[in-house]
Amino acid sequence: MIKHLLFLCVVVGLPNVLSAQKYALKADVVHTVSGPSIQNGLLLVKDGKIEWVGAAKDKAIPKDYKTYTAKTITPGLVDGHSVVGLAGALNQPHDQDQLETSGAPIAPELRALDAYNPREILVSYLREMGVTTIHTGHGPGALISGQTLVAKTIGNSIQEAVVDSSSMLAITLGSGISSAFKSPATRSKALAMLRQELLKAQSYLRKMEQPEIGKRPERDLKLETLAQLLKGELKALVTVDRAHDIQAAIRLAKEFNLKMVLDSASEAYLVMDEIKSSGVELVLHPTMKRAAGESENLTFETAKILNEAGIAFSLQSGFEGYVPKTRVVLFEAAIAAAYGLPYDKALAAITINPAKILGISHRVGSLEIGKDADVVLFDGDPFEYTTHVCTVFVNGKVVSETCR
Amino acid sequence: MGYAQAQETPIAFIGGTIIPVSGPPIENGILLVQHGKIQAVGRAATVRLSSEVTRIDVSGKVLMPGLVDTHSHVGEAAGGDGSAALQPDVRVLDALNVWSPSLGRARAGGITTVNVMPGSGHLLSGQTAYLKLRKGNAIQELLLCKDLLNEVCGGMKMANGTNPMRDNGTFPGTRSRSAAMARQLFIKAQAYQRKIKEAAGDATKMPERDLQMEALVQVLEGKRTVHFHTHRADDILTAIRIGQEFGFKPVLQHVSEGWKVAKEIAASGFPASVIVIDSPGGKLEAMDMRFETGAALVKEGALMGYHTDDYITDSRLFLRSAALGMRAGLNREKALESVTLAGAKMLDLDHRLGTLESGKDADFIVLSGDPMSVYTRIEQTWIEGKKVFDLSNPEDRKYATGAYGVLVGDVVHTHHDGDEDGHR
Repeated sequence: MIKHLLFLCVVVGLPNVLSAQKYALKADVVHTVSGPSIQNGLLLVKDGKIEWVGAAKDKAIPKDYKTYTAKTITPGLVDGHSVVGLAGALNQPHDQDQLETSGAPIAPELRALDAYNPREILVSYLREMGVTTIHTGHGPGALISGQTLVAKTIGNSIQEAVVDSSSMLAITLGSGISSAFKSPATRSKALAMLRQELLKAQSYLRKMEQPEIGKRPERDLKLETLAQLLKGELKALVTVDRAHDIQAAIRLAKEFNLKMVLDSASEAYLVMDEIKSSGVELVLHPTMKRAAGESENLTFETAKILNEAGIAFSLQSGFEGYVPKTRVVLFEAAIAAAYGLPYDKALAAITINPAKILGISHRVGSLEIGKDADVVLFDGDPFEYTTHVCTVFVNGKVVSETCR
Repeated sequence: MGYAQAQETPIAFIGGTIIPVSGPPIENGILLVQHGKIQAVGRAATVRLSSEVTRIDVSGKVLMPGLVDTHSHVGEAAGGDGSAALQPDVRVLDALNVWSPSLGRARAGGITTVNVMPGSGHLLSGQTAYLKLRKGNAIQELLLCKDLLNEVCGGMKMANGTNPMRDNGTFPGTRSRSAAMARQLFIKAQAYQRKIKEAAGDATKMPERDLQMEALVQVLEGKRTVHFHTHRADDILTAIRIGQEFGFKPVLQHVSEGWKVAKEIAASGFPASVIVIDSPGGKLEAMDMRFETGAALVKEGALMGYHTDDYITDSRLFLRSAALGMRAGLNREKALESVTLAGAKMLDLDHRLGTLESGKDADFIVLSGDPMSVYTRIEQTWIEGKKVFDLSNPEDRKYATGAYGVLVGDVVHTHHDGDEDGHR
């Protein structure tokens, strides 16, 4: 995680933008995610943060608090991996920034923050569906397609939205690498190229750590980013579906001691022991992703199977080249729950689990005192088809008030 | 074929909640089927069963009509190729793979009848096929028609908007040219129809047989239904205009901006088969897609149903489309109709399908609970009194959930241009 100080300063400098309003949010059930669900629960919101959470009977609502009532309250949803903000809804060349194919297939220097459009309609669409934080950026399709970022689904600028300006490095293995690149065209070549590049970065890192400044090499954005990966400041987000490609990714993580997150991982159920013992993290494919191509062996029950094996994972909206241009993690978790993933685990997969993988669980992912007041109010069971997302709070501000 | 005759022993499904769609739900109902037809349906007290009837206890379960999907690409059939924008001679039935795992997915989704469309990206991509998802080894065992040489066995797929546009000259590059090309071909078909009429049965005066013209004459005579891919409000009105000009009654397909022109659609009397997608966009003509379209159309009195467009949405989640329609204001009765009776009407098969009524085909599904709940599973699918899917059977179950190697190669390869799917 690399916190760009500039952005942090800007955010801290604008507390008034966040909220001056105080809210009391009541519901039949409050799913805190961090602890047991609270029947007849109450949540107090002040200065953009969660001020208090507990049973309504234990706290009188102070009189200057505006009250909202719902059937169910959950934390703001966190999308474990998306391309929203870079892959626009129009799906025309001018609004597709998730993959650069005119250059080299290894492009770690590409920053999501230089392309992220906070006004993109799919950002507001997700926000209205209760998604308050997205991990987004360069998509799959290049060996290394670029950096990802973490943003709240608000704001007119990247500065207002950003939570982590550089979160992970997006890597693709298997046959998902775009044919726009002449090479790599085979799995073996892909790994050889990646390993050689990482060796170069190791050497760059050694030279940059020389005490004598004059002997250090000129800055190289590509190698500098890879050096951050080697130092564990960035995680490797490896989009991979086939079981043997998952094994290749784990092999790479071990060789270079990388912090790795497996992305999609359709065939994870075939290699659960290896995933577990390797310590890599997992952002599973959208439950409703189409079973085709590299993902032809995915199942609706993989979430359930992984959970039963004791493997923690997050869910994601993923990448779509066509329709739907984005998926909605709420819907994906609902189908996972319908196909055997316990309710609380399904909710964790779109709240606290991705928050942990993204290193932001001190701010979002559960309803705890002091955390950001990102909250979603529903008029029923959040996973039911016919339930509506009615009110959405981000940083203690109402950002959506129409039941959808 | 004799498929329907295969089920000779009467079977009664006892104790479940029956949603007949033709009327209110029946608690503790009985559904009696024999010879592939529904013999009786009603409350337990009102249906008499003889001793020879096989009784199946479905207590706690919900029974409803088999789902009718008016627009799907299961079966891997492509239809027209890239050689021309208008290909009415091309038939899906000549290409459909009856062993495709996609048919297994559709059965697992409770779909019993399906209109398989040729692929996308043409003004007119060919003849569709109306199928029952029976387990057969040849296309004629699945077709709803009996004689594929002499009967009309499906509809005709047309499209407008950005879908048929390509930059190669053979295909249209603008909406106006799209309409002009389609109209010109129908004018040609009108002339062909006139020559047949003038021949008055005299074989020597008949025009030379022309597969394209023959199929379009069936459209002009109202024997073959046009299924018209159309998303944007103005494109929907263009489809209506072309139907009215040539006197045919298209089923408007996709209808993403139908909420904007619900009144006009209702006034045309043309039915609307709607697609439900999880987010707007992905292509220009779907930017203003909303979950509210179904409810808006019903409110204005249009005949409205949903379709999967499988593999665009998954056949196994077809009920989800109706439920999301309900989320956006559709009432429960219309939501249930939208995936059963409404589709049957659009295929002119409502005399046989779409409701659980005595005399209709014994096509029904057994559900674990409320059809509009995410937690409900489709446990069994029956077609003409024969079980074609059973969740408790491990082999069938693989189609319901996915499993290693089961769904390999089931995606239709139909698209030619634009993005990875050929749509623009």
